[in-house]
Amino acid sequence: MNSPDTPILELRDVTKTYTVKQGLFGKSKPLTALNGISLQLNRSDVLGLVGESGCGKSTMAKILLGLEAPTSGQVLVDGKPIGGENRLELARRIQPIFQDPYSSLNPRKSIEDIIALPLRVHHIGDEASRLKKVRDILDVVGLPSRVLTNYPSQMSGGQRQRVAIARALVMRPEIVICDEPTSALDVSVQSQILNLLGELRREFNLTYLFISHDLAVVEHLATRVAVMYLGQVVEENSVEGMFVQTRHPYSKALLESVLTPEPGLGVPDTHLGMAYPNPIEPPSGCHFHPRCAAVSEICKQQAPRTQLTTYGRIKCHLHDETVQAKLVQA
Amino acid sequence: MTHSSSALPPDPLLQETLAPTPAERLRRRVAGHKGLLFGGVVLGLLTIVALFAPLIAPHDPYAQNLMGRMQPPVFLDGTWEHILGTDHLGRDYLSRLIYGARISLLIGTVAALISGTIGTILGVSAGYFGGRVDAVVTFLINVRLALPVVLVALAVVALLGGSLTVVICVLGFLLWDRFAVVMRTSTLQVRNRDYVTAAQAIGGSTPRVILSEIMPNILNNLIVVITLEMAHAILLEAVLSFLGLGVQPPTPSWGLMVAEGKNMMLFEPWLVLIPGAVLFVLVLAINLLGDGLRDVTAPEGRN
Ligand SMILES: Nc1ncnc2c1ncn2[C@@H]1O[C@H](COP(=O)(O)OP(=O)(O)O)[C@@H](O)[C@H]1O
Ligand SMILES: [Mg+2]
Repeated sequence: MNSPDTPILELRDVTKTYTVKQGLFGKSKPLTALNGISLQLNRSDVLGLVGESGCGKSTMAKILLGLEAPTSGQVLVDGKPIGGENRLELARRIQPIFQDPYSSLNPRKSIEDIIALPLRVHHIGDEASRLKKVRDILDVVGLPSRVLTNYPSQMSGGQRQRVAIARALVMRPEIVICDEPTSALDVSVQSQILNLLGELRREFNLTYLFISHDLAVVEHLATRVAVMYLGQVVEENSVEGMFVQTRHPYSKALLESVLTPEPGLGVPDTHLGMAYPNPIEPPSGCHFHPRCAAVSEICKQQAPRTQLTTYGRIKCHLHDETVQAKLVQA
Repeated sequence: MTHSSSALPPDPLLQETLAPTPAERLRRRVAGHKGLLFGGVVLGLLTIVALFAPLIAPHDPYAQNLMGRMQPPVFLDGTWEHILGTDHLGRDYLSRLIYGARISLLIGTVAALISGTIGTILGVSAGYFGGRVDAVVTFLINVRLALPVVLVALAVVALLGGSLTVVICVLGFLLWDRFAVVMRTSTLQVRNRDYVTAAQAIGGSTPRVILSEIMPNILNNLIVVITLEMAHAILLEAVLSFLGLGVQPPTPSWGLMVAEGKNMMLFEPWLVLIPGAVLFVLVLAINLLGDGLRDVTAPEGRN
């Protein structure tokens, strides 16, 4: 089963539905955060996952980390489905780096305690060998060992993010889920952290799922790109393919949009016309059609199929030959 | 191996002028807070008095002297033999006050510990697990809030008879609501922070996540509620004892002393005023301490 071709991480038709209540006595309604997601990550790949705020990126991260169970579908690591019983083993192999280093470090703990926590939870080594591991990883992320006794409030955003990276890597995981790891940082620090992540990947042969709402950041680091819209992957491609020859109208709009200064705001709506839809009541047909520049009648009625392309996949009527042929006939 | 491209720029924060540690900052804020210092010192003194009562009290608090009843305190032309005078049975008033501090502090501490344990377990579980657990706890809180504390305490004490143990248990099992409400809200605020998610992603067990990630970050709120509920319990004990349903004579309780003095209030007002005043000072000190602790541990939460 573990042939070299087995993807290290695979999602098979993963759907996640939350039940949300509107108002105090409102009715409970389903919110589909992930809708039939299938993705594969090969070892040493960096899959960039882009899409506006609210499209389900963090939900996917939580499912991959085993923190939430998918409503349906499967997550496989090295071809084996993840389940409740191998929680600790999963934790050794997949670790997260979060967006906001001001929230990801416990303010009541010293840096040493924060980075040593994974080793303690997994009963790795004794106190002395743990301290050595912590010092080593601090050096790797470019922090001096004198910060060990510091508290997070004494450090800058970039330094905190290095601590968060050290905590994620101290157990030497194979896969790192980076959920917008630079969005909350000063622009001057962002590239330092991105470079560090790139170096670490080479050094430890890591596989990244790199979540971002910013295509420019993804281009810098990713080998493959998946574009998400309202819980679905609408286009997946190699990074060259994506930037040289973008196909999906949504990917195009993302590319054209300028960088947003505020993290989490997503794409300025001037480029996309309408606001992001309410995920509780998604638009009919292709979910993107109300904002699409190339919308036609069929997009409003029928959801597009997933088409295979040379390097990836696309979900758009414009690139569905049977649909286009019918349109020409009519 | 080099990390030149990601090397740290010289950071003033990490040079000689290191920002203060959280503990150091807390120490500085405490030193500058008058209410906190006053409350702390008064409560500390009263605790010492209570602990060393047998060494400090000039007389046996139970020794009656029917020949020397209701002698006035020194400042009302009494004698130095009985600095605060004697009560209606001729017992030394100062000694009874000193032993009474034991009762008040014991009841306040133990009742707050019991109710704090119950309320914290309920509140943290509700906040952390949410869903059905939260619904059950919220229901329990509402039931508890619908019970009038004094009436329930009266009924239980009337049924079981008044004693120190009964009073402590009744108060302990009745005063957990504020703990539950505050701990639930605090846990809700903290449980979705990324460091909690990180600990879960590391594989930390639920007890570990709650005890080492959540509790340290809501402890300041817990301490504030402990002080408030201590004061609350001390006052309620005084009320119950005053009504004859709390601590029973001849135990020296401040509430009981007020009750025993009230018949003579018009002629010897100091019999009521002295225990009333120390009760007031103790509760004030505890409240100032609680307010101060809230100020110094969560300066952003001040309104
Ligand atoms: N625990 C939850 N309960 C209900 N809805 C949720 C929950 N978590 C996320 N959602 C919803 O799922 C959608 C996707 O959220 P998220 O994955 O955080 O998006 P992103 O990370 O791409 O910004 C959003 O509409 C969000 O409101
Ligand atoms: Mg997100």
